[in-house]
Amino acid sequence: MGATLLVFRREFAAYFATPVAAVFLVVFLALSAGLTFLMSGFFERGTADLTGFFFWHPWLFLVLMPAIAMRLWAEERRSGTIELLMTLPVQLWQIVVGKWLAAWAFAGLALLLTTPLWITVNVLGSPDNGVIISSYIGSWLMAGAFLALSAAISGLTKSQVLAFIAATAVSFIFVMAGFDLVISTVRSWAPNFIIDAVRSMSFLGHFQHITDGVLELPSIIFFVSLIVFSLWLNIRVIEVKKAA
Amino acid sequence: MGLVDAQDLYKRFGSLTAVDGISFKVERGEVVGFLGPNGAGKSTAMRIISGFLEPTSGQAWIDGHNSHTDAIAARRKLGYLPEGAPAYADMSVGAYLNFVAAMHGMSKRQAHDRLAELVEQVHLIDVWNQRIDSLSKGFKRRVGIAQALVHDPDVLILDEPTDGLDPNQKFEMRTLIRSIAPQKAIVISTHILEEVEAVCSRAIIIARGRMLADATPAELLAGAPQAGSIAVTVAVADPEPALQIIAREPGVARVVVADRINGVARLVIHTSTSRPSASGLVGALGRANIPADEVYLQRPTLDDVFRQITAGVREH
Repeated sequence: MGATLLVFRREFAAYFATPVAAVFLVVFLALSAGLTFLMSGFFERGTADLTGFFFWHPWLFLVLMPAIAMRLWAEERRSGTIELLMTLPVQLWQIVVGKWLAAWAFAGLALLLTTPLWITVNVLGSPDNGVIISSYIGSWLMAGAFLALSAAISGLTKSQVLAFIAATAVSFIFVMAGFDLVISTVRSWAPNFIIDAVRSMSFLGHFQHITDGVLELPSIIFFVSLIVFSLWLNIRVIEVKKAA
Repeated sequence: MGLVDAQDLYKRFGSLTAVDGISFKVERGEVVGFLGPNGAGKSTAMRIISGFLEPTSGQAWIDGHNSHTDAIAARRKLGYLPEGAPAYADMSVGAYLNFVAAMHGMSKRQAHDRLAELVEQVHLIDVWNQRIDSLSKGFKRRVGIAQALVHDPDVLILDEPTDGLDPNQKFEMRTLIRSIAPQKAIVISTHILEEVEAVCSRAIIIARGRMLADATPAELLAGAPQAGSIAVTVAVADPEPALQIIAREPGVARVVVADRINGVARLVIHTSTSRPSASGLVGALGRANIPADEVYLQRPTLDDVFRQITAGVREH
């Protein structure tokens, strides 16, 4: 069996070795349902769709994905198991990808557990299920990008708390990239193409494109390339720390 | 080229030089003890050889494979127990060892057979299904050893394999290391000196990242200042007359009062080429009515050697 799969299985099982996984899933479900029904006015809107549900995902993920990914490397450093892992005869990329896949699968499970909501809207009315499917896929891809970023940051420290805070801060910048808050700090000194580049990094913008309707190719490419880049960054972080 | 070959290893962390020019070789059948005070650079040197850390300069080879540029091949030959015997706390012993075996590319069948053997050897059968975080220190250390032995590697690097074990467990661990030693090249680090005498065929003393000695335990002991000296204890208030009597005996180069405890003085005789006889010493003292309580040959300990060699090289 490939090392990537072995690492994936170990990491995925590790989520369930403590009550943390259960707590996390409950918190995610409670928050996403609570926000959908209370804040988005699910019933008052009178339309059977999940717009009000997906609307909150970037904000939920901003905190919850760093929480899933924070232990991936920081815990290995704290406990010293990183020395074991890094002296096993496998390639570093296999470990990095295996770990990220485990976190991504866990996020996928959390999303999967929200499908009763999907069933509900189908019972209540006739939503555009194509939009919902593409929104789910988009949401999972966005989760993957958050996780890959957070995993790379987790590789920098042996403190899970520090990893969480730093990953949330970086994720916040990505979420807000299209907003004036971020743009205005760039506008004063940067040429237009950089401002455009920064704006195009916005998670919120890309995710909205996806939830608005069809799975938009540029937005999918954006999330996928960010995942690939972050995984590469993760490998570099571990390699650089090794030589430090 | 030995199974382990370290050449001119240096490692700097900022302004601190943790490893300062370490070179040595280990052949099959050798057990080399890395000795040094805490913070001497033992663990850092082992991390470099295992490939976990990159050296600032220098090279390390495991069975001819560079542990940095040919890392995967080197790691296949290597069993490594990092400092503190870390293991995945959330896994059971069985799941953990199977994971390590699979990461070494062993099939389920191979892993099963090998682990059955290993569990006997390291006595893990009783805790096979227990979570690692529920184990005692002794069992955790054994899990660490088992993990290093899973793939039956030619080279073992064990960082403090007996740290935290009780005397019985230490004895077992040393017996285990001795039993596997003939087929392997083993490097263990320790600051317990009796361990070196118990299991090592060679000792390398390190302080402040530098190698201060590389010799067999017997050679180290022979070089000790206490080697061959004789101690005489006399129960007298004033040891001065006894000193004068002993100084006149043949073979005595120098005699000093080493300590005085509860009215008993211990006199240490440094001998010249010949050695005074015990009966001669007791007789001479007896004629002056000074009863000698004990006469014994002082056996230098590695502690003495270690203190002498590392004296002046202070810890970080």
